[in-house]
Amino acid sequence: MIYLDNSATTQVHDDVLTSFVQVNKQFFGNPASLHEMGVDANALLMRARTQIAELVQTTAEQVIFTSGGTESNNFAFYGVAKASAHKGKHIITTSVEHPCILEAAKRLEQEGYEVDYLTVDETGVISLEELRQTLRKDTVLVSMMHVNNEMGAIMPIREAAQIIHANSRAVFHVDAIQSFGKLPISLADGPDMLSVSGHKIHALKGSGILAMKKNIQIEPLIVGGGQEFGLRSGTVAVPNAVAFAKAARMAIEAMPQKAAQYAEWKADLFAFFASLGDYVKVISTPQGAPHIVSVGVKGLKGEILINALQKEGIIVSTSSACSSKQTKTSHVIEALKVPQAYKDGVIRISFGANTTSSDIQQFKGVFGKIVRQLKGE
Amino acid sequence: MMYKEILIRYGELSTKGRNKKDFIARLRENIRYSFSDLAPLKIRTERDRMFIETETPERQHELVTRLPKIFGIQSFSLVASAEKDMQAIKAVAHNIMAQYGDITFKVEVKRSDKTFPMDTHEIQRDLGGYLLSNFQNLSVDVKNPEVPLRVEIREDAAYIMAGIIQGAGGMPVGSNGKSLLMLSGGIDSPVAAYLMMKRGVRIEAIHFFSPPYTSQNSLEKVKDLTDLCTQFGARIRLHIIPFTEIQTLIKDRVPENISMTTTRRMMLKIADEVRKEIDALGIVTGESLGQVASQTLQSLTAINDVTSTPVLRPLLSYDKLEIIDIAKKIGTYETSILPYEDCCTIFTPANPKTKPKLEKVEYYESFTEFDELIEKAVRNRETHSFPKKVVKEDKFAALL
Repeated sequence: MIYLDNSATTQVHDDVLTSFVQVNKQFFGNPASLHEMGVDANALLMRARTQIAELVQTTAEQVIFTSGGTESNNFAFYGVAKASAHKGKHIITTSVEHPCILEAAKRLEQEGYEVDYLTVDETGVISLEELRQTLRKDTVLVSMMHVNNEMGAIMPIREAAQIIHANSRAVFHVDAIQSFGKLPISLADGPDMLSVSGHKIHALKGSGILAMKKNIQIEPLIVGGGQEFGLRSGTVAVPNAVAFAKAARMAIEAMPQKAAQYAEWKADLFAFFASLGDYVKVISTPQGAPHIVSVGVKGLKGEILINALQKEGIIVSTSSACSSKQTKTSHVIEALKVPQAYKDGVIRISFGANTTSSDIQQFKGVFGKIVRQLKGE
Repeated sequence: MMYKEILIRYGELSTKGRNKKDFIARLRENIRYSFSDLAPLKIRTERDRMFIETETPERQHELVTRLPKIFGIQSFSLVASAEKDMQAIKAVAHNIMAQYGDITFKVEVKRSDKTFPMDTHEIQRDLGGYLLSNFQNLSVDVKNPEVPLRVEIREDAAYIMAGIIQGAGGMPVGSNGKSLLMLSGGIDSPVAAYLMMKRGVRIEAIHFFSPPYTSQNSLEKVKDLTDLCTQFGARIRLHIIPFTEIQTLIKDRVPENISMTTTRRMMLKIADEVRKEIDALGIVTGESLGQVASQTLQSLTAINDVTSTPVLRPLLSYDKLEIIDIAKKIGTYETSILPYEDCCTIFTPANPKTKPKLEKVEYYESFTEFDELIEKAVRNRETHSFPKKVVKEDKFAALL
């Protein structure tokens, strides 16, 4: 099987899984317990937290463990909105965010907040000028993804941060779920908060973090025993946190080498798709993230392509795993103004740490064959 | 940009004529200690200042990060070097001044190498004019410049510096002897340690541990606090006194409303015994007048009566909020407020006497033989040294 759906999820790395199992066996104490097992578990949790804090450039106390990307994004969104309601109720995000941001935004709109959605051009990128003009005195939160999950567009985070901080008091949240470990991103690049998900970086499902700069006002989403500095109650899943810390370290260490490899494969696929003529339209852009290649196939349903590829042992997805079960066209594809003929046939190829050059070559062979068949050649 | 060395201006030691040599040697030793995890520093000392070579950008970064915490340093500056040639000097000065926005400056010149073709005034005028014509944002203020740009023409090269980074002031730790700090785990005692270290006092710490009434957590917290106090440039030994036996005996034998006073008296006695053994001169506490029942002048009198050793109370006149501010500044606050029981909070009587009478306290204590237990507690103490030497076995390393 050739797995090219790493933006949906990744396989847990063996070493990460070993750590996870080991911690479950050896350090299973509740980190809040007063006895020695608790103290040990807590010390281990702090080590994991510190390791992650160094990778995202903040202090350990500013890293909150969550159940994953969706919770991190929800937490940032509601948490900041609620904590700064007295300063204003205006929020800015983009029209191409993940549903866990857009749905949260919708809910806040029902509660009386005002949300502006920045538009994107055909490369999937926002306009900094539009951002500048949309910022208001009462803007309390700007939330933006770093890399788009459906086609890999990279948002100008550094520049956006400068504009936001120079023109407003808003907190700048960045959803780095698709970019962490693929592109350099940390709080030093300007965001005030960063969401990262474990299962996108070869750690376990059900793990994630929200990392913040110091002195960010945020209200908890989950209340109870006051764990995670009172910001996220519930017994902390220490094995998950440790696995996350390890996977994150490995991802960052491997990043320079992997990113170069991904870029090479991406260029290779771009050339390959171009050779298929107007039958295939590449939706991703050369300046986008190196690990995501989205294409639309003319007059075909994405699902048919997925099935045809799967028969040959190749796993890819329609635009995003979260929206692939819905029949309507994704909001990202709509926002990008992809021509009608290609809209329904969008598939996403995404690389991960386990992807090899031969995977890419085999994909090309199989995809070419399928296209020729479908064309009736 | 990359600098060649860091110039350090001494703190108050400039005023201490006779002992100056010792003080400088002590400061040099403390600086070396603070960087003992790195390759040895190249340090050169002069009568009024000290130079440390920056060597690499990473080393420079470490120096700039750690030097502001070391007592005995008034301020320091990054120094660049250039060939002894006006062209080269201008280029380096240009790089340095490019970092600043709208500021006033002046050029100061010291020409030790008298063979240099231009004299002090000529250099000043030439360089100042060059900078003014290159940077619109600079203006000259000879009396009170925001950035004094200093050029020194020495035998080997020209040295150029601008901008002054404030140091911690005070005196090098160890230059004023050694004292024993009573470390409870609260907010005050680490601050007391900081203030004494700032006055050059080397510290060892003593902590009273009453298991099972106080937990391993509270002991870890005290160790963490001790470790935090080492950031100011000295090793610290922590003496942990097993105190359960004495504390329960006091509870059983002494009336409740004076048990607190007796407890403090026993602690001070023990501290004094340890002080003798480690050759310390004084005892330091974080007491602040009137803060709690044991810290009224009457209480302090009754407690202090057990020893004639100087008990130093640097926080005596500080408000709680002032103490908290310092604790936050020195980074001990967050650890101090972790909510674990300590030996002062257990067995706390509901109504401790705020004005205990010494004679009464002595009377009630006279029925019980404490000395043997005190000797035993001192003998059975555990001693730890901080900062911890590199942990030999890291049981978490492979997991992360």
